[in-house]
Amino acid sequence: MTETTAATDATAVPSTATGTATGATGASTGPAGPRLSRLADEDLRLLLTIRHFELKLLELYARGDLNGTTHTCLGQEYVPVALRPLLGAADHVFSNHRGHGHYLARFRDPHGLLAEIMGRQGAICGGVGGSQHIRRDRYLSTGVQGESMPVAAGVALHLKRAEPGALACVHIGDGTWGEGAVYEALNLAALWRLPLLVVVENNGVAQSTPTASQMAGTVAGRAAAFGVPHRLVVSADVNEIRMALEADVARVREGVPLVVEFVTHRLGPHSKGDDVRPAEIVRAARESDWYGRYAHDHPEHFHRFDETVRAEIQAVADEVAARPPSRGEGPCA
Amino acid sequence: MRVAENLNAALHDLLEDDPTAYLLGEDVLDPYGGAFKITKGLSTRFPGRVIGTPISEGALTGVAAGLALTGNTAVAEIMFGDFVTLAFDQLCNFASKSVSMYGERVPLRMVVRCPTGGGRGYGPTHSQSLQKHFIGMPGLSLYEMSPFHDNRAVFAAMLEAGEPCVFFEDKVLYTRQMGRVDPLFAVRRDGDLAVVDVRDAGERPDCVVIAPGGMAHRALGAMRSLMMEQEIVIRLLVPSRLYPLDADALLPHLTDVVVVAEESTPGGTWGSEVAHLLHARLWGRLRGPVRLVHSRDAVIPTAAHLEDEVLAGESTIHHAVREALRG
Repeated sequence: MTETTAATDATAVPSTATGTATGATGASTGPAGPRLSRLADEDLRLLLTIRHFELKLLELYARGDLNGTTHTCLGQEYVPVALRPLLGAADHVFSNHRGHGHYLARFRDPHGLLAEIMGRQGAICGGVGGSQHIRRDRYLSTGVQGESMPVAAGVALHLKRAEPGALACVHIGDGTWGEGAVYEALNLAALWRLPLLVVVENNGVAQSTPTASQMAGTVAGRAAAFGVPHRLVVSADVNEIRMALEADVARVREGVPLVVEFVTHRLGPHSKGDDVRPAEIVRAARESDWYGRYAHDHPEHFHRFDETVRAEIQAVADEVAARPPSRGEGPCA
Repeated sequence: MRVAENLNAALHDLLEDDPTAYLLGEDVLDPYGGAFKITKGLSTRFPGRVIGTPISEGALTGVAAGLALTGNTAVAEIMFGDFVTLAFDQLCNFASKSVSMYGERVPLRMVVRCPTGGGRGYGPTHSQSLQKHFIGMPGLSLYEMSPFHDNRAVFAAMLEAGEPCVFFEDKVLYTRQMGRVDPLFAVRRDGDLAVVDVRDAGERPDCVVIAPGGMAHRALGAMRSLMMEQEIVIRLLVPSRLYPLDADALLPHLTDVVVVAEESTPGGTWGSEVAHLLHARLWGRLRGPVRLVHSRDAVIPTAAHLEDEVLAGESTIHHAVREALRG
């Protein structure tokens, strides 16, 4: 299911694509895209956990139950779920402002995450970090675009020497490519042959600015400029993505940095209630959403879990909301 | 021993004693050994742990933070301290925040070295003293190199704290001698503070000058001329850690006239921070407000005669002390 396309420029750096593009398909109002393969139960449960967690957050915000802001990954849940078995406990993961899915895929801990976002006891970081500043074991998220790339390069340098075979994975977005830190770090990763996996979730919009209005050229072209291999993933099929990326991620562990670009869709607003995109763009995102597609392609499997997971998240929200306020210290402090 | 040699030896010792220690920066490798030769010999002796980087101050500071995050000791050299502005995000939003924003203390053994200050004709963007821009960041400590503080001990203190530090090195100190003062003066240490007094001048000086390491020799020049010409007795206090400053440690050494001298431009300075700390403790016991000495509110010119007019120096301190004593 992997197709290899021509490299994006004259360099010898491979740029390959996985899957078939999905998106706006004429006047169709139903789910769009090729049939999704059947998921393992645990993958489906995880996808649904992230989906219902994010939906619950928006509901809690709408009710005024949450402080500050948050950024949901609605529509992009399959990215960390697909990557999950490709990453091990020794690998470092650097997440960003849109990181709830990354955290849940690694730790399956909706209680700790919601407590962190709500400032309740049991919060991962005592309620100090909140939605976008989380650290647990080898997972760390920061709220400034591009900032984690040089830090991840430093961690990758450490791993290359102290724990060969482990890698540092950084999640960034299409908008992050506006930051110079990305290029400084890519340069180092290529120069020093660092085990750095850059996962780009290109959801077509940076807050409110369409990618076409903020990015000249392409992510592939930018990776090629540094001699860093680039992989384009247009599929939302978890099984297909895993198969396609397995060999490339293994090469990262040998010191060949990699940029994996997921062409994905942000279903929800940037944070909460601030979506000014044209209706047809939002409709196209909904049509290519894995959630509706999987319900359509595998109704029995989908419905076996969907309501159950929704109820589980409701129970998590009820339980966490009833906890006393956090005291500014993580449980491990 | 020259200050540069002392610093170079301190870095040799650090890399020797700590197998997890890294040093990284631009042009730090032999045979070049850094723009100011402070890293000379290090890459030959510790290949692999002394790393030459591209011209990417933000990235090299971020890499240092990543190394520190994974339990290593990291020293980053910014070629000219002026360029640390390019690493401000890494220091303000990542390294210093990481110590505490994750709900538990994350120790980071990390020092960012910044060759600082004017007096060498490098012009407006290679001569600044930017200490003030880093004051007041939780989780970030500021130190300044001094001829009275052995750099081995200073590095040990910076790393022991387990939080990122910026180390300001006034470039004019590199060629000066460690610890050497006019026979007129006696130097003693009280913890972090170096205390310099006029010999046999009695218990109570007329005025106390507080200055970071880079200003110390200029303050000593003013001390000498004030003593010889006016019989004014000055005590000089030189802290190694500028922020957070242990103001209480200053108190036993103070008198009712205090001057703080630094090379920074005016406005939001380290000196005003020190003055506030002292006013809060000594208001009513001081003869007047703590007097600040700093450079003029101007860019630092390249031509020597113009640079002299802008930078705070011996005569600026001399004049400020006389003004302060006049009331």
